[in-house]
Amino acid sequence: MNQKIAIEKKVLSENDRLAKQIRVRLMEHNVIALNLVSSPGSGKTSLLEKTLGALNERLDIALIAGDVQTENDANRLVNAGGKIVRPIVTGGACHLDAKMVGRALEEIDLAAVKILFIENVGNLVCPSSYDLGENMKVVLISATEGDDKPLKYPAMFRRSSVMVVNKIDLIGLSDFDLKRVRENALSINPELKIFEISCRTGEGLESWFDWLLNLSEHLSKT
Amino acid sequence: MLKMHELSIAQEIILAVEQEALKRHLTTVAEIKLKIGALAGVDPESLNFGFEASTLGTPLEKTKLNIEWINVKGKCRTCGRSISIDDLIFLCPNCDSADIEILQGEELDIEYLIAG
Repeated sequence: MNQKIAIEKKVLSENDRLAKQIRVRLMEHNVIALNLVSSPGSGKTSLLEKTLGALNERLDIALIAGDVQTENDANRLVNAGGKIVRPIVTGGACHLDAKMVGRALEEIDLAAVKILFIENVGNLVCPSSYDLGENMKVVLISATEGDDKPLKYPAMFRRSSVMVVNKIDLIGLSDFDLKRVRENALSINPELKIFEISCRTGEGLESWFDWLLNLSEHLSKT
Repeated sequence: MLKMHELSIAQEIILAVEQEALKRHLTTVAEIKLKIGALAGVDPESLNFGFEASTLGTPLEKTKLNIEWINVKGKCRTCGRSISIDDLIFLCPNCDSADIEILQGEELDIEYLIAG
């Protein structure tokens, strides 16, 4: 007779377990971790380059840059002044997982870090399932994509705390509508904090920098 | 891209089941019962495909996936109404509040195994 065995476990329970370990480690060192996600080419690396340019002297920033192939993004971040940068080359996996991030963190002295940026692989599907131990997900979308993106990827937009709309200098060159993308995003996740920026022209970046500075202050006090 | 995601989820399922089988000394697994929520972002057909491809030539080759699809249901925190969220718009049809608590629909769980 066939035996039914109750399991009642999440498929990703192993990843969740490792992510929890990371979360505990980060909390012990008072490190804020942001998991940056987006479709390929929305501007994650550019945003981090600009962030380094403005805040590197004021905040201790560490960065983990994940990609399927090459360390190009990690190299760009080093060139932009990143003092603590670890690349992760997945070699095929379309997302970062807690195991990979845990390994990268072993090479970082967390006592010297205030904010950890994890630049995920460009992909709005898979990364939403994989907890990396972060404080929050920041989802980027650019003005050259469709403004219905949040509706097409509800899981990701629902699990994010912040949405950054990049390339706003290009609005008008396509049918992308800023009001529509805001409405779409908020219908999926009413709690989303929204930044509208252009990495290229610098527009809107001050709000992002201020928010990051306040974040680190706010979380230091707790 | 969808097929790659389900492939990695299939591999996670295989790893989890292999661990359970080892723990409980099971030699064969006839069926894996899964609960997949509409918000989990996993397509059942692609998952089956990925699972079959990944188990070929392994002890789980003949194992079947039994997938229960869980629709999104929530509760409005403002007026208390229970709602079905089929269109993935998180607004209360009763009072228009966006403050919705998700009760089900995010599952990606292994409910049980059938050995043998």
